[in-house]
This record gives sequence, structure tokens and C-alpha cells, in this order.
Amino acid sequence: MLTFNHVFKRYAGVGDVLVDVNFQLERGEMAFLTGHSGAGKSTLLKLIAVMEKSSRGQVILGGQNLNRLTERQIPFIRRRLGLIFQDYKLLQDRTVFDNIALPLIVAGYRPQDVSRRVRAALNKVGLSGKEKKYPPVLSGGEQQRVGIARAIVNRPVVILADEPTGNLDPELSGEIMGLFEQFQQTGVTVLIATHDVNLISGMQRRVLTLNKGSLV
Amino acid sequence: MVNRRVNPKPRPRIAPKKSNQQSGGIQQHLQAYFISHLQILFSSLGRVIRTPLTSMMTISVLAIAIAFAAGFYMLIVNAQQLTGSFEDSNQISVFLKTKVTDTQGRKLFQRWQEEPLISSLQLITKDEALAEFQTYSGFGEALEALDYNPLPTVILVEPSDAVNNHQQIEALLERLQQTEEVDFAQLDMRWLQRLQSMMELAQRGVLLLSALLSLAVLFITGNTIRLELQSRQEEVIIAKLVGATHSFIQRPFLYCGFWYGFLAGFVAWLIVSLMMWILQKPIEKLSMLYDGSFHALFPSFLDLIYLLTISAILGIIGAWLVLQSQLQRLKPE
Repeated sequence: MLTFNHVFKRYAGVGDVLVDVNFQLERGEMAFLTGHSGAGKSTLLKLIAVMEKSSRGQVILGGQNLNRLTERQIPFIRRRLGLIFQDYKLLQDRTVFDNIALPLIVAGYRPQDVSRRVRAALNKVGLSGKEKKYPPVLSGGEQQRVGIARAIVNRPVVILADEPTGNLDPELSGEIMGLFEQFQQTGVTVLIATHDVNLISGMQRRVLTLNKGSLV
Repeated sequence: MVNRRVNPKPRPRIAPKKSNQQSGGIQQHLQAYFISHLQILFSSLGRVIRTPLTSMMTISVLAIAIAFAAGFYMLIVNAQQLTGSFEDSNQISVFLKTKVTDTQGRKLFQRWQEEPLISSLQLITKDEALAEFQTYSGFGEALEALDYNPLPTVILVEPSDAVNNHQQIEALLERLQQTEEVDFAQLDMRWLQRLQSMMELAQRGVLLLSALLSLAVLFITGNTIRLELQSRQEEVIIAKLVGATHSFIQRPFLYCGFWYGFLAGFVAWLIVSLMMWILQKPIEKLSMLYDGSFHALFPSFLDLIYLLTISAILGIIGAWLVLQSQLQRLKPE
């Protein structure tokens, strides 16, 4: 599903952030991406989300070489991804419903389909009944659930989470991880970047460790 | 090929049912597209209304610029009635020398009646001319101050149908001019032509002015949209992250530009109508002096439609220009 083939990423003035990264994730596989701050975790995720392009090597998602994408194709790749962020990246002035509906509206779904899918996603993350609330009145755990619902509402093939539990306490973190496991069981590939060692050790999953830009 | 209809199997359990979106045809897709456009049309109007002070200021500035061009246009439309109210005639006004008396003038008048190239004649004696001038010109009192009548005898000559081309008219004009009693003879068309070319000049001027003011409208809308874009930066970036296309993201901003242009066009129409209403009295008064041959013309319904269309298009273009340069810069980090 996802292949990194001798991938390098160099930023002008910073140097090599990723050095010869090779790995492959199968469909329905769940893996952690770890390493200390600045090891290149976020950069690696950005390459998959086409927020950056690799300097050398290939990033292949579902058979598509992401380096060869034109500007016009990028949105359609992103519709197949579910992105989850440490800071949730929710629109504070929109309701929970509108936040989750965004990927569907962007993709041109009809209102009745949007409504049905949003409710299903809310139900999945355990936030039924909160669709009319605004993010600021929700707790951190709830806001992250909204972020997750938004990520899964358009049925992505790959879920990418960048420090999804970074702002949450261990108990909430565990719940969030439980959600990811559920998605993985339905065939979604899940890649979670985190430096929370305790979380990783409790999960018995594949772990990709970055050290100064190289996988170890 | 990248296609959002390609989904993994097995499907995630969150939406086990196959969606209508995916099974539906082009019609359903169009329907969704149309609905989203309609929603954005009204939500962008809502956005304009939600910041009344800023929007009102922008719209006022736009409206004044548009009203400036439209107002000049209306003045020209009104003035054009002047040129239009004269029939396309070959009438020649022959002014006799001031020392020629009315009796001498009458003799000339009789002599010319025999002329085969002239179909009809009208004699305006010095006294008649004076009376007419006093009635219509508004300079009556000034003339009373003079102790003599400065006006010449005038004979209006209508050439016969035999005189039908330019050269023949010129020849006749020349002959009349050569007559001893005549001071000068003038083809009435001449000054009509002059008036018309002056009018054309004014029209060009309005065209130039409109072009400049259109640029101003483009820049003002562009700048407003740029600020709007800045305040919605976060939203744009999140939309990009969840797969929004360039055209999806720019749509609400284009509609915003549309509303600014449209509303400004409407306000400009109000301004021009008000202007014409204020000018109506003086214009009617002026018209009286010209035998009531023209009236104050207000912008028509069609003019309103034109105005709204043009200003709305300008608003959209202004927004579009800014979006092309600014949207590329907004990238998710």
C-alpha cells in the first residue's frame, strides 16, 4: 500500500532530514513511527501527504509515485488519506458536524450522503449527539475524536497520525489507540508518529524508528 | 489514475452501505455541484453582511467609482438627445448683412422664390428675430439694454430635391454666399456635425474614464478579497489538507467578489438615479429653451441590468486575479 524507496529529503540551509529511508506497509497494517524530536518523523508523514516532495527516491502510495504528481492531482491523493494532527487542526468557528463534513463537501458529496456519513463517523468515535457543539467547548480528547472522525469520514486507505496523543493523558491516549486498531481491522493502513514509548510498548505493533533521518 | 471512487476492500465498517454518491450518475453529481454552488452563493453573501461596517465602506468606494463612470455616461445619453432632435436636413441659414433693411431682405426673399434649386424659404425679419431671441434665450433683459437691434435678417433656405448630393449643396451654399446682401450662409448640418464630433470626443472620454475606474474597482475588490483570504487562512489550509481542489477553495472568494461588485453596482445605480433626480429640474428648464425637445433621461431597467452585470463581473475578476497569486502561497505546513 505504501512504499518508501531510497527516499532522501534535504532542506536548503538545514541539510538532510531523511537519509535513504526504505520501508513498506501492507494494506491493513498498523505501524508506529518513532524517534526523538527532529529525527524526521513529521517530514516523513509530510512526504506521504504530499505537503513536501522527496529530494531523491520514490514514495509510492497505492501504486502511484507521489513525486510525479501534478499540482492538480494532489487533492485527489489527499482524499484517500486521513490526516490526524497533534493540535487537531479543527475550525473553531464551525460546529463538530461541519468540521467532520469538510472532506465530504470538498469531494462533492450530496447533502443527504454527507449527513449520513458524518453521523456514522461520529458514532464510530463515540461523539454521537455532539454534532452541534463547537470545538472550544469540547475537551482535548473529544476534539481529537472530532479530528479522527474527520480523518475517517471519507473512508481513507491510509490514516496518518502525527503525535495524535501528544496533548492527551494516558487513559485518553489508550482510547484513541483503540480506535486506530478498529480502523486497522477494517483494512485501513495506519501509520502513527509518536515519541510516547509507553504507548508503543503496550501495543505489540511494528515500530519504525528514525535516528537522524535514517531508519534503524 | 487517482480516483476517490477507488476504495479499499474490505471497506471500513464506518460506512458499510455503498453510497449513492458512488452508485449515482452524472445527474446526481451535477445536483450536488449545483447545490454546493447555491450554498456558497448565499453563505458568501452572509459573510459580506456579517461585517457590515467593512463591507459598507468597501461597497461605497466601489459604488462611487462605478457611479462616476455611469453618471458621465448618463449625462452623455442626455446630451445626445440634442443631436438626435435635429432632423437630417440640408437647411441653410442665410444671415444678411446688418445694414440690409427688412425691405431689402424681403426683395431678396422674393427673388429667391423663383430659384429652381430652392424648394421653400422662410424669412425672419430683424424684429421677429429679436422677439424670438428675447423669449427663448434668457438674454432678453440684456438686449433691452441696447438701444438698437443687433440681430440680422435671416432667410432659411430649404433646397429642392434636385439638390441631393454634397457637391450640389456646397455649390448652392457658395452661390447664396456670393449674393451681395448676404453676410454669410451656413449649412445647419455643419454645427450639428460639430456638436456630434464633440459628443464623440466626450464618449471617448467616458470610455477612458470607465476603463480607469474599472481598474480601480478591480484593485479595490482584489485588496478586499486578499484581506478576507488572510483572515480565513487556517480554513484554506485545512481544506487543502482534506483534499480540496484549487477551484473549490477559490469559489467562496469569487462569490464574495461577485457580491461586492453586484451590490456596488446597485448602489451606483441609486447614486446615478439620485443625481438625475437632482438634475431633472434644471434639465427641464433648459429643455424649455429648446422648444421642449428633450427631457431628463433616467437610467432604464436595461441600464441597471448592464450596470449590475458589468460591476459583478469586475468584482469576480478582481477576486480571481488576487486568488491566482495568493492561493498558491497558502500551503499546509
